[in-house]
Amino acid sequence: MDIFLQQLINGLVVGSIYALIALGYTMVYGIMQLINFAHGEIVMIGAMVTITCINLLVGAGVQLPGPVLLLVGLMMAIPVSMFLGYSIEKIAYQPLRKAPRLAPLITAIGVSIVLQQAAMLIWGRNYRPFPPILPSEVHIIGGAAITDLQIAIIALALILMGGLFFLIEKTKLGRAMRATAQNPEVAKLMGVNVNTIISMTFVIGSALGAMAGVMVAANYDQAHAYMGFMIGLKAFTAAVLGGIGNIGGAVLGGLLLGIIESLGSGYLGDLTGGVLGSNYKDIFAFVVLIIVLVFRPSGLMGERVAERA
Amino acid sequence: MDALLKNNRNNIVMMAVLAVVLAVLPWVLGGAFENGKSWLRAVDFALLYIMLALGLNIVVGYAGLLDLGYIAFYAVGAYLFAILNSPHLQAVLPAWLSHPPFLVMMVMAAFVAGIFGVLLGSPTLKLRGDYLAIVTLGFGEIVRIFMNNLDRPINITNGPQGINNIDPVQIAGYDFGRPIEILGLTFEKIHLYYYLILAFCALIIFVSIRLQNSRIGRAWVAIREDEIAANAMGINTRNVKLLAFAMGASFGGVSGALFASFQGFVSPESFVLMESVMVLCMVVLGGMGNIPGVILGAIIVSITPELLRDIINPLQMAIAGKKVVDPENLRMLIFGLAMIVIMLVRPAGLWPSKRRRAELQPKTKDIALQEKDSLQDAERNHD
Repeated sequence: MDIFLQQLINGLVVGSIYALIALGYTMVYGIMQLINFAHGEIVMIGAMVTITCINLLVGAGVQLPGPVLLLVGLMMAIPVSMFLGYSIEKIAYQPLRKAPRLAPLITAIGVSIVLQQAAMLIWGRNYRPFPPILPSEVHIIGGAAITDLQIAIIALALILMGGLFFLIEKTKLGRAMRATAQNPEVAKLMGVNVNTIISMTFVIGSALGAMAGVMVAANYDQAHAYMGFMIGLKAFTAAVLGGIGNIGGAVLGGLLLGIIESLGSGYLGDLTGGVLGSNYKDIFAFVVLIIVLVFRPSGLMGERVAERA
Repeated sequence: MDALLKNNRNNIVMMAVLAVVLAVLPWVLGGAFENGKSWLRAVDFALLYIMLALGLNIVVGYAGLLDLGYIAFYAVGAYLFAILNSPHLQAVLPAWLSHPPFLVMMVMAAFVAGIFGVLLGSPTLKLRGDYLAIVTLGFGEIVRIFMNNLDRPINITNGPQGINNIDPVQIAGYDFGRPIEILGLTFEKIHLYYYLILAFCALIIFVSIRLQNSRIGRAWVAIREDEIAANAMGINTRNVKLLAFAMGASFGGVSGALFASFQGFVSPESFVLMESVMVLCMVVLGGMGNIPGVILGAIIVSITPELLRDIINPLQMAIAGKKVVDPENLRMLIFGLAMIVIMLVRPAGLWPSKRRRAELQPKTKDIALQEKDSLQDAERNHD
């Protein structure tokens, strides 16, 4: 039982991070029908900038409690990621709105390569350890261990998701975003500035991504220039699992994928008598995805949306 | 490229010139450059990529099915060749399966990869667009992860170490691993493989051209443009889609088998997602659905990084006098930038097909909007 609970907690932590990143994918997709391949790299840059800031502050001899240092780092990283998200949209996607569907996908891949290599040039090719500034107190709940950091990740992720929900459902900006997602032409007629709304979507998604990046780095104690690729892939899978373009679906898909993966890696070995080890956990995630899509071709919470040619 | 179909005298001359150029290319490269061997190697790989890109072109360009796991079929071909032609599993393989004759081997590679294509295709028939993309991506990863981990409990793929000591092909008693002397010219392994891969490349180009205007080719395009209308016209969309997956996969399988024998070594590292993405970039950058465009895209995407490798370091030395930045990162960075710029300047690809170009640029914006709306209506009614 305690192993189950432990894996469940680990899954929840990873899952809430996936969900935050998946929100970035799903928001952009909902509005532009575009897979923003570069989103994973924004997550990575967020983590890298935060680590650099904290290291600079600690190096300069600033005496502050760990969480405050982290907050300062985040305050630096979020604008950087927001700016990146904004400029990526302006440079690589906006000129291609009327282009064939695959053209922006290729520029997205190009942007992703450029950001990855730029990060390699700036931060080097080694793993960057996350500075040991956070308290590492462990709580025991029902035989499973959970750290303060893990609690903080889950809580912050929930707050951010709630905030996003409020933003989209209750504010004027959110209403404009929903209108743009439904039909950009008509939204324009109704007085919505579609370009601004699309930019805002990228900026909000990037801010969420930067925070998720810091969570990843803190959770695994390290960051790397290539980390964005895999985590972005998982988060995108989560978004599709839940039904891409659907905010609730992204959250559901993220949490589900995190828990499936975690339980899978914990039990796969026992279930198959040692034939399949925990190194098959990625397969587990993809197999679940394929099965779900076979029975629900639009994802768990997705509605049937017409495809644009 | 249509030259093969038209018996125009000019075109025949063009083709003859092209054939001569391709025939002497390895010797020109060897004579003109100090590191001609490494250039020839790059050309050999470019040819393999042309085959891959043409295979993916059938799935993405003709049938309009976005496949992000295409490299899995390359992997299947490569591993099939490696297992049957290396000492790794010889002890357990039945005698008739070990070291099959070359042509039999190639047919097997195409066939087995084609079966994998159908395996991938069948659960994804109902999916559209980006859902299909993510499932194919998952499929590619599943194949790679299996190759990475199938060293236990029974050692089939030798895990992350990969399979080495793969024997070079033998054709008509000639061992392609050893230099052969013909008419005073020494054909080394790298030359022999150049001509071998070139021959297969030509075959695949020929098949692609013949497919393009065939009944099946037109059915694929019909499905790409409007699946419902295609269905109404009596096209069995399920079978035709599966055929696209199988056909594209079999090209990948042949290319993979050649890759394994040329390289003499395979490991899961060669079949990561980034490779699938690169092949897709070749197809889209060149011009989806247009064979010369796709070939051009494959050459550009596979040669540019090699070219930059030879340019960047000397340039850096000349300007700064020392190594300022890692050339490896810089060349990939420039490569990424180039991809963005090409797409921004030519969104339909460098050399788009005439048919697609006509489709993509309707006379006025109104027509485009109208078309989109009617498409959406059709979708809605279909549900």
